[in-house]
Amino acid sequence: MKRAHLGLVLLAALLAALPAFAGSYALSVATLILYFAYTGQAWNVMMGFAGQLSLGHSLYVGVGAYAAGAIFFHYGIGPWAGLWVAILLCVALGMVIGFLAFRFGISGVYFALLTIAFAEFTRIGFDHFDWVGGPGGMFLRVAQRDTWDVAAFRGPPLMYYYTMLFLTAGAFALCSFLLKSRAGYYWQAIRENEEAAQALGINSFRWKMYAVALSSAMTAVSGVFFAFYYNNLFPEQMFHISRSIEIILGPIIGGVGTLFGPILGAAVLTLLSDGITELLAALGWEFPGIKQVFYGVVLLLVVMFLPHGIWPPLARRLGLNA
Amino acid sequence: MLEVRNLSKSFRGLRAVRDASFDIPAGDIHGLIGPNGAGKTTIFNMIAGVYTPDSGDIFLDGKRIDGLRPDQVCAAGIGRTFQIVKPFAGLSVLDNVIVGALQRSKNVSEARTLSHTILEKLGLAPKRELPASSLTLPDRKRLEVARALATRPRLLLLDEVMAGMRPIECDLMVQVFRDLNRNEGLTILLIEHVMRAVMALARNIGVLHHGELIARGTPEQVVRDPAVLECYLGEETEV
Repeated sequence: MKRAHLGLVLLAALLAALPAFAGSYALSVATLILYFAYTGQAWNVMMGFAGQLSLGHSLYVGVGAYAAGAIFFHYGIGPWAGLWVAILLCVALGMVIGFLAFRFGISGVYFALLTIAFAEFTRIGFDHFDWVGGPGGMFLRVAQRDTWDVAAFRGPPLMYYYTMLFLTAGAFALCSFLLKSRAGYYWQAIRENEEAAQALGINSFRWKMYAVALSSAMTAVSGVFFAFYYNNLFPEQMFHISRSIEIILGPIIGGVGTLFGPILGAAVLTLLSDGITELLAALGWEFPGIKQVFYGVVLLLVVMFLPHGIWPPLARRLGLNA
Repeated sequence: MLEVRNLSKSFRGLRAVRDASFDIPAGDIHGLIGPNGAGKTTIFNMIAGVYTPDSGDIFLDGKRIDGLRPDQVCAAGIGRTFQIVKPFAGLSVLDNVIVGALQRSKNVSEARTLSHTILEKLGLAPKRELPASSLTLPDRKRLEVARALATRPRLLLLDEVMAGMRPIECDLMVQVFRDLNRNEGLTILLIEHVMRAVMALARNIGVLHHGELIARGTPEQVVRDPAVLECYLGEETEV
């Protein structure tokens, strides 16, 4: 345990100091890694801890992004207020999905299908939702600023990097606390065998709803970040199923249900896929869709050789208990 | 302590249990035996809240518990094991028991302390750090019992926990249950095929056949009951 703490402190220090010696491109890649690490951690609460497979997490990113974005776009109200609207909306949506599924005993792949269905019809709904621009998208006013305007969440790339670092660290701390608490035990019991969990006095409906609520709330924050970082939102891009897959690849490759898996997975995937894109660009070759092919190959290799993800065997090698 | 009144349950027209009534006084060890398909597990699942009875009532200390959810039945003070064991395979043996102990413990460290004591009692303490998936079947059965005990039940339902155990392991389990019964006043209802265990453990036995209770009494009375002999061995005929 001591070694694990030391490792975490070192990693945190390294990441905090990164901007001092990283260029702007490296900083944007690092921000992207942290974005996927954080969002993957949010998804992991539902699947990794409580065993509920969501293949529609782009729903919460999208709704979170559009909620905070639209409030800013139409009323000029900044993301700190919009954040709460986003969280509220996403939790409400999660509760609806969770209630429909858990109340009527929909589980496993059928639950996953339900989450895809919700993300898909929300995508189609937003295509016809003119208030937020429909298929043409919504563009937030971009103001290039060199100073940190924290209140409006406008500033240099450095500010976005540190925000994401803070969120990722916070999510890690929260999940690590929860995993050792009553909630963590109950969620894992439900994941491993729901019937046995119920026989031991666990109200599985209630605890699954808690997991969905927490996961959707955390993912809503990703959405708000996305809106103010990229400044343009299209339904096709926000809610598409490939977005949901992108979110879950990190934790799957890193290790579902582990605390460090989502972070490691996000780093491995983003670094390798950007590396390949860079390499091909340097060689002057162009392959559209190479990123997707690459994701497929990495997933295949991990599933074949490391069925529990990269982190568990790596943690053993390092002498840590995952 | 437990009162079962005129309990019936059908599955698609098949009457699994018909009009079963019995009660278990506090401190008793009560056996429920019968051939395969006699309705033992169905009765069990109705008590444990997995099935809702078609008719009849179940009372625990005078409070009606039929129709409650399994987690509410557990909270009311009934612990159960599963005939087909259901360990939390990915968790350690200790963590399996902690999940149960959290039912009545305020926090995880209190639950951990209680779990250590229970694992000690069942002889699983040396294996507490292993993943539950690595246990042998007899150990998994012990884990089922440990987990159920961790919820600190007043009534423990045991569904064939001795099945698959060697005689010596079986005798050790019998001793554990006797101690719990004597020292902690735990009331036990057990379904069992292993007659060695039932005869050694149960003070009273009910015999189920085709969903009906055909005999009740002490082990000695029951094994001499002609109706019981008939259902197990077939009708006596003149040759």
